[in-house]
Amino acid sequence: METKALQRIYTKIGQITKATCTLKATDVGYEELALVDGRPAQVVKIVGDNVTLQVFSGTEGIRTNAEVVFAGKPPTLKVGDELAGRFFNAFGDPIDGGPKIEGEEREIGGPSVNPVRRQQPSELIATGIAGIDLNNTLVTGQKIPFFADPDQPFNQVMAMVALRAEADKIILGGMGLTNDDYLFFKDIFENAGALHRIISFVNTTEDPPVERLLVPDMALTAAEYFAVDKKEKVLVLLTDMTLYADALSIVSNRMDQIPSKDSMPGSLYSDLARLYEKAVQFGDGGSITIIAVTTLSGGDITHAIPDNTGYITEGQLFLRRDTEIGKVIIDPFRSLSRLKQLVIGKKTRADHPQVMNAAIRLYADAANARTKLENGFDLTEYDKRTLDFAKEYSDKLLAIDVNIDTVEMLDTAWALFARYFSPEEVAVKKEFVEKYWK
Amino acid sequence: MSNEQENRTTGKVSGIIANLVIVQADGPFAQNEICYIIHNGVWLMAEVIKAQGGLAYVQVFESTRGLKPGSPVEFTGHMLEVSLGPGLLSRNYDGLLNDLDTMTGIFLKRGEYTATLNTKKKWDFTPIANPGDRVTAGDWLGEVDENSIAHRIMVPFKMEGSYTVESVSEAGQYFPDEPIARLRDENNEQFVVTMVQRWPVKKAIKAYRNKPRPFKLLETGVRIIDTLNPIVEGGTGFIPGPFGSGKTVMQQAISKQAEADIVVMAACGERANEVVELFKEFPELEDPWTGRKLMERTTIIANTSNMPVAAREASVYSAMTIAEYYRSMGHKVLMLADSTSRWAQALREMSNRMEELPGPDAFPMDLPAIVSNFYARAGYVVLNNGKTGSITFIGTVSPAGGNLKEPVTEATKKATRCFYALSQQRADSKRYPAIDPIDSYSKYLEYPELQKTLAETISPEWIGHVNRLKNIMIRGKEAAEQINILGDDSVSVDYHLTFWKSEIVDAVLLQQDAFDSIDARTPLQRQRYMVDLLLEIIDAPLSFDGFEEVQPFYKRIIDKLRQMNYSQFESEEFLAFRAELKEMVAERTGVEV
Ligand SMILES: Nc1ncnc2c1ncn2[C@@H]1O[C@H](COP(=O)(O)OP(=O)(O)OP(=O)(O)O)[C@@H](O)[C@H]1O
Ligand SMILES: [Mg+2]
Repeated sequence: METKALQRIYTKIGQITKATCTLKATDVGYEELALVDGRPAQVVKIVGDNVTLQVFSGTEGIRTNAEVVFAGKPPTLKVGDELAGRFFNAFGDPIDGGPKIEGEEREIGGPSVNPVRRQQPSELIATGIAGIDLNNTLVTGQKIPFFADPDQPFNQVMAMVALRAEADKIILGGMGLTNDDYLFFKDIFENAGALHRIISFVNTTEDPPVERLLVPDMALTAAEYFAVDKKEKVLVLLTDMTLYADALSIVSNRMDQIPSKDSMPGSLYSDLARLYEKAVQFGDGGSITIIAVTTLSGGDITHAIPDNTGYITEGQLFLRRDTEIGKVIIDPFRSLSRLKQLVIGKKTRADHPQVMNAAIRLYADAANARTKLENGFDLTEYDKRTLDFAKEYSDKLLAIDVNIDTVEMLDTAWALFARYFSPEEVAVKKEFVEKYWK
Repeated sequence: MSNEQENRTTGKVSGIIANLVIVQADGPFAQNEICYIIHNGVWLMAEVIKAQGGLAYVQVFESTRGLKPGSPVEFTGHMLEVSLGPGLLSRNYDGLLNDLDTMTGIFLKRGEYTATLNTKKKWDFTPIANPGDRVTAGDWLGEVDENSIAHRIMVPFKMEGSYTVESVSEAGQYFPDEPIARLRDENNEQFVVTMVQRWPVKKAIKAYRNKPRPFKLLETGVRIIDTLNPIVEGGTGFIPGPFGSGKTVMQQAISKQAEADIVVMAACGERANEVVELFKEFPELEDPWTGRKLMERTTIIANTSNMPVAAREASVYSAMTIAEYYRSMGHKVLMLADSTSRWAQALREMSNRMEELPGPDAFPMDLPAIVSNFYARAGYVVLNNGKTGSITFIGTVSPAGGNLKEPVTEATKKATRCFYALSQQRADSKRYPAIDPIDSYSKYLEYPELQKTLAETISPEWIGHVNRLKNIMIRGKEAAEQINILGDDSVSVDYHLTFWKSEIVDAVLLQQDAFDSIDARTPLQRQRYMVDLLLEIIDAPLSFDGFEEVQPFYKRIIDKLRQMNYSQFESEEFLAFRAELKEMVAERTGVEV
């Protein structure tokens, strides 16, 4: 971060807490950046001439006479086509050894798109994964997270989806990434020959956690540049948003705010919505699609972080290990794409919605049969058929290693229906049964 | 911006904590007064939410980034007010009723405020009142045709006491801000009335004679509502449910299908893409009651989750004010707000910033009072001229963690009469709409007034049928529990029958595909037809040799009934499925259904 010449320098800090410094200063703007003893900080509160700064890396060792320099502006990012192929830290400074970006300087976390200027999303994103394309179809301009326990291969699935998605740019916002995962992303993008389409803003576990708070805004500011100015299809990957929310709670706790559920700040919903709502489809073809990761603890989606996320995003993709087939699947019960109805049966074959629902209903019947079995009851002949169906459905359609197109997915589902059930048991519209029942 | 040049109070910014700004005022100001903070030439609107020793604590309806202490502040002398007049329909507004379509650029610019009404458009005016008439606030002076809806021009609600009409303009074309009537008060002072008036949104408009108990069903075409848990004209209801359980889909279905003259939709702190769907669909879809475009009867107020938090609260009040305005014209208004929890959260954020003593889950202590006062603005009213109007209000609630024992759900439950609880389990198994058939209720079913109209308009047996259906669902659930505990073959076949009868009601009546062009809306007479048919099938004396036979039989029955739901009412196809059903039941029983 650079500072302008002729700035006032302060050297008398009145109060220091774990995360903040308060000093007397004038002509300071809200959310302005500063350096406190060389560490980046931001104005979070002004009362009279008392200015409170949040120091991103923490205040350990800061002296009361440390030098405080105000930058005269909120956090910014220099945007330009040279961003492509580069890796940056949370402040937008290069970490790949390359030169600084010389471009137009834009404030991050800028204003919202006027809703009447948005276009209704309508372009399907094909991933080849049937658990997504068949049951939870994605659309450009959508925002959707993976919900997964920390031991699930969410980053791998996300990278796979990103590479198959035919985006003009992929922008990675890494928060609390381990160095290994950071290198994983770098390698997989490089091996796919996609590095020139990728821009990364990374905060690793080695960096101060509070710095993460800048990462999504950096990534989304770059995304808006390419989507608005260049009319490109941009895909933003945010991982792991749970660690982002943890950083929010660290800050609010250190500032003595009243916590609401699960020690999260009361503003968590607004804080997350502000980011996710940057997903947009414009009329001229530009779009921002956000795929995020929200790690769960023990599959608990009622925790404030996944709960608020679910209320904001347009569905969620729930990863679960199916022990019976020994593979990770996209769980059809807990997963949902709310924008799927904009494309299924319209951009895909007309039987898509009905086939999708019928298969999930039968899969639910199998779940009931399994409960019966676990409770030691006899299974009916129908129950047994549902269990056999479920196993094959899981293996051929739900597993994340599937890579086929939607027509093949639908045909596979019809084949499974015919193998295990009668048309009445499947209960889809007659016209489709007549056409596709095999 | 205020153009009255009185001695207005001014002030200076002295503190900034997110969108809470502390202003040192140089004179008197009122709680809830609107002021503007002038930042680099841009005027930022704000509302006073606390006064303390010359300091005004204001919530800013905009981002406060870059704001500095010392910035000048101008108070306006009035509370948050909106303009009411012809041209509110078919519009897309933000929470403060700025017209979103007339704003410039792709992004919302801080401090850009646009006019609520288009004053450049002339309206076809017809007088109603005559010189010499005695009138009070809300009385109709004339009317204009707004999208074929009679838009009454009323004595402004702010005018207290009674007046004598001196003159009313003759029929003709007028601009909204042209005088259309002159009134004289008891002190002989003259007042000029135009088509536009202003009203502070946080105050209820009470220009009516009385508010009797509602008694008329408001048809929505959603079976689980109309048949089992009816909402009424002037009624209140709410839809709580965890994320993804179908609150928005449900509300949108109601907004499209309900038998209302006017629909006001407040998208409060929810997704922008959901309002875009309304923007796109409503100008194209038809109102099933009039055949006109849905947008012609609708006003959309969008404060999406990324728009300024303080304006979320304003958005629901603005919406209610528009609803009250049209109710005063004698219309049947439906108001929907998605989600009222976001409004409560906005109150919580502010209350926390002001370091107020928190109530449960850190919500403000007075949340229940705020919620119940708000719902109380709905209702069926008799106007001063004897005509009637209504506001039916349905809000959604987004309970944290899906737990219905949280403050917003509990406060709303006390304030409303219909409870449409969406269940995670039903949503997971794609049983849409996921309204829990057992926990949900409509208190109106107990109203003798409603029972009487239902008996007259549908059938004398109707209430009896509804109660039977509810009973079938309860007994079905009990049977399912027994079967699960004891096992399929350890209970008598009757348990299976009881369970499968409830499955018929569930699959055919309760479940409804909001995305199927036919199934989405079931008119009341078709609901009645299906209820009669279901009960006949349920009452047929079926006998089975073992429980294994039960499920396949009922699955076939359900399949046929669902096919009926997907077919045009009484079409050839529909009747063919009906005939097949008849055969299937006769085969088992020898009974004709
Ligand atoms: N009646 C219905 N018919 C078919 N599908 C439905 C129905 N209701 C809901 N759904 C499905 O459930 C999804 C989620 O519904 P909806 O967006 O209304 O949830 P919500 O309760 O408003 O969630 P949130 O609180 O997160 O806004 C829809 O996108 C749709 O796929
Ligand atoms: Mg919703």
